[in-house]
Amino acid sequence: MSGIISYFSSLNPSALFAQLPGNIAQGVIWGIMALGVFITFKLLDFADLTVDGSFATGGAVTAVLIIAGVPVWAAILISLVAGILAGLVTGLLHTLLGIPGILAGILTQIALYSINLNIMGKSNVPVSYRNYPLLISASKINLAILIGLIFAAVIIIFMYWYFGTEQGSSIRSTGSNPAMSKAQGININVTKVIALALSNGLVALAGSLCAQYQGFADINMGRGAIVIGLAAVIIGMVIGEAIFKKGMNFAVRLIFVVIGAILYYIAMGLVLWLKMPTDDTKLFTAVVVAVFLAIPYLQERKRNSFKKVAKANAKKLLIGEGGKDA
Amino acid sequence: MLEIIDVYKTFNKGTVNEKKALQGVSLKLEDGDFCTVIGGNGAGKSTMLNAIAGVWPVDEGAICIDGKDISALPEYKRAKYLGRVFQDPRMGTVADMEIVENLAIAARRGQRRGLRWGVTKAEREQYREMLAEFDLGLEERMTTKVGLLSGGQRQAITLLMATVKKPQVLLLDEHTAALDPKTAAKVLELSDKIIREHNLTALMVTHNMKDAIKHGNRLIMMNEGKIILDIRGEEKKALTVNDLLGKFEEVAGEKLENDRMLLAD
Repeated sequence: MSGIISYFSSLNPSALFAQLPGNIAQGVIWGIMALGVFITFKLLDFADLTVDGSFATGGAVTAVLIIAGVPVWAAILISLVAGILAGLVTGLLHTLLGIPGILAGILTQIALYSINLNIMGKSNVPVSYRNYPLLISASKINLAILIGLIFAAVIIIFMYWYFGTEQGSSIRSTGSNPAMSKAQGININVTKVIALALSNGLVALAGSLCAQYQGFADINMGRGAIVIGLAAVIIGMVIGEAIFKKGMNFAVRLIFVVIGAILYYIAMGLVLWLKMPTDDTKLFTAVVVAVFLAIPYLQERKRNSFKKVAKANAKKLLIGEGGKDA
Repeated sequence: MLEIIDVYKTFNKGTVNEKKALQGVSLKLEDGDFCTVIGGNGAGKSTMLNAIAGVWPVDEGAICIDGKDISALPEYKRAKYLGRVFQDPRMGTVADMEIVENLAIAARRGQRRGLRWGVTKAEREQYREMLAEFDLGLEERMTTKVGLLSGGQRQAITLLMATVKKPQVLLLDEHTAALDPKTAAKVLELSDKIIREHNLTALMVTHNMKDAIKHGNRLIMMNEGKIILDIRGEEKKALTVNDLLGKFEEVAGEKLENDRMLLAD
C-alpha cells in the first residue's frame, strides 16, 4: 500500500505537461516517416521492412554531410536520395529477382546496417546544434514542431497531388488488384519500384530530421521503425474513421497518419512518465500495434462467428422445448 | 483483325501433371466478327483467351493483331490492343477505388501514364453519360468505391472499362458465369449492344449453348485443345442446340459429357 502511495506521489504532473511539446515534435518527425510507410503498407499492400535501415541511412548521411560542411538543406536532400536508392534496391530485389516482398525488405535492411556503419565510420555520430547550423533541434522545440509541420504539410500536398495523377493512380491500382492492373496495361514492376523508392525517400528524410532533432545519428535509430510507422498509420486510421465515419478523403487520411504518430509519441511519453522502464518501450509498442491490428479482425469475427450461430441455435432449441411442454 | 496461327501450350511439361492445353489452335477473326466459344471443361477455351492476352508465353505459334505479331509482348504491353472481362467480377475492377477512377485507369490503357490528373472533369461527364446508358443507376454513384457494388454492377463496369477505349479485340471469358440468371442476361445484353454499336471484334467464351447460338456471327467449339467446329453466317443463324450436340458427336466421335453445358439454358 505504501508502495503505491509513494509511486503516485513520485509522479510529477507538471513534468507530464513539460514534456508534451517534445513528444509532439518527435511525433511530427515520425509522422513524416509514417507517411512513407503509408505508401507501401496501405497503397501498395507491401509490408516493407527496408524502412528500419533507410531511416538510419537518412540520419547517417545527414550527420556525416553536415560535419563535412555541406549546407543543411543539401544534406537533407541527399538523405532523401539515399532513401530513394534504398527503396530502389528492395524494389529490384522483389521485381527483377522474384524475392518475396518481406524478405526483399529484410535483405536491404540488413545490408543497410553495414552501409550505415560505413557511412558513419562508427556506430554513433554526434551533431550538436552548438557546433553546426542545424535546421531543427530539440533545444528549440517550438520551432522544431513548426518546421516539422511545414515539412509534413508540403509532403501531404505532394502526395495528394501525386496519387491523384495517372501514375499515382496506377500505383494504387497495382496495390489493390495487380492482375487487373496488368490487363489495363500497367507495368506493375515499375509501379512497385516507384512506390518503394518514394516511400523510403520519405523515411530517410524523416531520419535526417530525427538525427538533427536529437543531435546525433545512431546505427540503431531506425530499429523498430516499421512498427512505429504502422502504429501511427493504424492509430491514425482508427481515430480518423471514428470521427469521419469512413468518409475521409485522401488528404484527411494523410493528415491522420501524422496525427497518429503524434498520439503515439504522446502515449509513449505518458507511459515513460508513469515510470515504465525505457527497456520495455519496444514491447509496449509491439503490444499496442498488435492490439490495433487485431481490432478490425476481431470485430468482424464477432459479427460473423460460428459461436454466435451456436448460441442462437441453443436459444431456439430452448424455446422450442418450452413450447412442447406447454 | 485477330489471327492465331498454330498455337501450342503445354503446362507442367515433363511432370505427371503435364497438360497439353492447346494443341495447334488456329483462328482468324475479321474486323467486326463476334465469335462465341464453347466446349467442355478443360477444352482450352480460357487457355486460348489467356494465350491471346499474354498471361504466359505460348510454346509455339504466333498471335497477330492487325498483322502485327504480339506473341513476344508481355501482358501489360498487349493490353494496348485488348479489352478483357473476366469470370470473377472482382478481378476486373479495383475495389478500393471509385467507379470513375476505375474507368479513368481503363481509358488510359496502352498509354503512358504520366503526371497529368488521373481523372479530368471532361472525362467525368463522359463517363456519366456512358453509365446512364446502362440504366443501372450507376451514373448517380460515380464516386462510390467499386467494392461496394454487386457482382452484376461490377461486371457492367468492367465491360465499360474494357471498351471505353476501343480495343482491337474484346475478350470475354465466361463473364456472366458468376452472376444470377437475370443479371447474367442483362450483362450479356449489354455486351451484345456494345459490340454491335462499336463494331468490335470479340471472342466470348460461354458454357451456355443457347447464348453461344443466339449471339455473334460466328461460333467455334473446342475440344482437347483444338478447335473442332467453326460455324458462321447463315449456317449459324439456323443452328440449334441439338445440331450442336450432333455435330460434336460427329467430329469428336464421342458423346458430349458435360452437364454444365447441357443443362444451361
